[in-house]
Amino acid sequence: MASTEEIREGLAEIVNEITGVPAEDVQIDKSFTDDLDIDSLSMVEVVVAAEEKFNVKIPDEEVKNLATVGDAVTFIEKAGS
Amino acid sequence: MSHSQARVVVTGLGATTPVGGDVASTWESLLAGRSGVRKLTQEWVADLPVQIGAPVAVDPSEVLPRVEARRLDRSAQFAIICARQAWADAGFSGKASEAGLDPDRVGVVCASGIGGLTTLLSNYDQMLASGPRRVSPLAIPMLMPNSPSANVSIELQAQAGAHTPVSACSSGAEALAYAVDMIRLGRADVVVAGGTEAVISPLPIAAFANMMALSKRSDDPTAVSRPFDKNRDGFVLGEGGALMVLESAEHAAARGARVYAEIAGSGMSADAHHIAQPEPTGRGVITAIRKALTDAGLSPDDIAHVNCHATSTPTGDAAESVALNAVFGDRTPSIPVTAPKSMIGHLLGGAGAVESLATVLTLHHGLVPPTANVDDVDDDINLDIVRGTPRKLDDGPLAALNDSFGFGGHNVVLAFRRT
Repeated sequence: MASTEEIREGLAEIVNEITGVPAEDVQIDKSFTDDLDIDSLSMVEVVVAAEEKFNVKIPDEEVKNLATVGDAVTFIEKAGS
Repeated sequence: MSHSQARVVVTGLGATTPVGGDVASTWESLLAGRSGVRKLTQEWVADLPVQIGAPVAVDPSEVLPRVEARRLDRSAQFAIICARQAWADAGFSGKASEAGLDPDRVGVVCASGIGGLTTLLSNYDQMLASGPRRVSPLAIPMLMPNSPSANVSIELQAQAGAHTPVSACSSGAEALAYAVDMIRLGRADVVVAGGTEAVISPLPIAAFANMMALSKRSDDPTAVSRPFDKNRDGFVLGEGGALMVLESAEHAAARGARVYAEIAGSGMSADAHHIAQPEPTGRGVITAIRKALTDAGLSPDDIAHVNCHATSTPTGDAAESVALNAVFGDRTPSIPVTAPKSMIGHLLGGAGAVESLATVLTLHHGLVPPTANVDDVDDDINLDIVRGTPRKLDDGPLAALNDSFGFGGHNVVLAFRRT
């Protein structure tokens, strides 16, 4: 199972690919909407790419709870364990 | 019928076409008679009955940042590229409010023939291969035919309305006619209008080929599109588009804008005949030309040039000649005409916009670009086709027409006047 930092790095790569935001800006405390300027459509792209990368399922009803990068990392850690 | 409506002028031009990534290079290529038709190199062409096309000279990936491009269907990428060029050419920068305009008085009309077909197909392939979860959440916003006009309205903060006429190969011209009406009706002062298309892909090529619409010649690609020639046997699929900034003459004058030409009027009709075949007597085309002349307050004798629809199909080109002869009578053989599809192929929803742009520049520079590949004018064509080198037009006030016709029997004719 990937470490917390490995998951954050993986998410940062995904966010960079989809939005162009530099990977180093994708830190645990960042809000997807307010800090990283990710709209609802791009968020779905991020989620689906994360599901594939980390081999987890992120149900649609969970997505609204993933406000920050840290929320997503925590969810992926739990889902994968 | 004359009218006292606002006059509408062209103050900015933008284009990305098979012969140039911008207006200047496109115009230079058209004057030089340079073709953008090529052998397609994608691996999927191997099984297709037609393996040539006219892709844009400058791929959008060379112009747009990757992240911006990945959220746009190729047809919307063309629209954004054309809009930025036209907007800057008109002397505007930034969004409407930054450019000193009232956003509620700025509109967009960007046509499409088929919409985001390649986005639809690639998402369908993805769904079959990997399941529905892998269909992009951007699929609908990218493939909807109004995506180019919506994206341009967001780009420019154009809030007076964003519209998308769909009438197959006359869509781009219909967009310009709609934009003129918006200004005349007082709904907008400035409208960015035209059309784009991006469907060089296996399914559309197979479909057009099976309609017997495409040339199946496999010799020199640059010689395949040959409007009015005896040996013409179908069109060549192109891609790209053009957008123009249209303004009320009053608005343009108030800000001291450079004016390329006036769009003096439009005429539209429907053949009500056959879903794909041209009506052989040219009845609907004749009606559209006469309506355009009337709307513009012009007589047939005022027309010094016609930019033809002429796609290089046997029946379509002949019907257009019949219609022009019916309207212009004995004077027809002395009106220089040209057929840009001989060089750029058929841009479908982008065709009427790019060819109207060429008509505007023809009046502005006083030069009619030549038609390529007219080696042997067909017996059923009675027109003065400019060939070889550009033809100089007279100085002074001149008017010209652009013809655009679409599958379904749509006819759109625009009348332009030198200002």
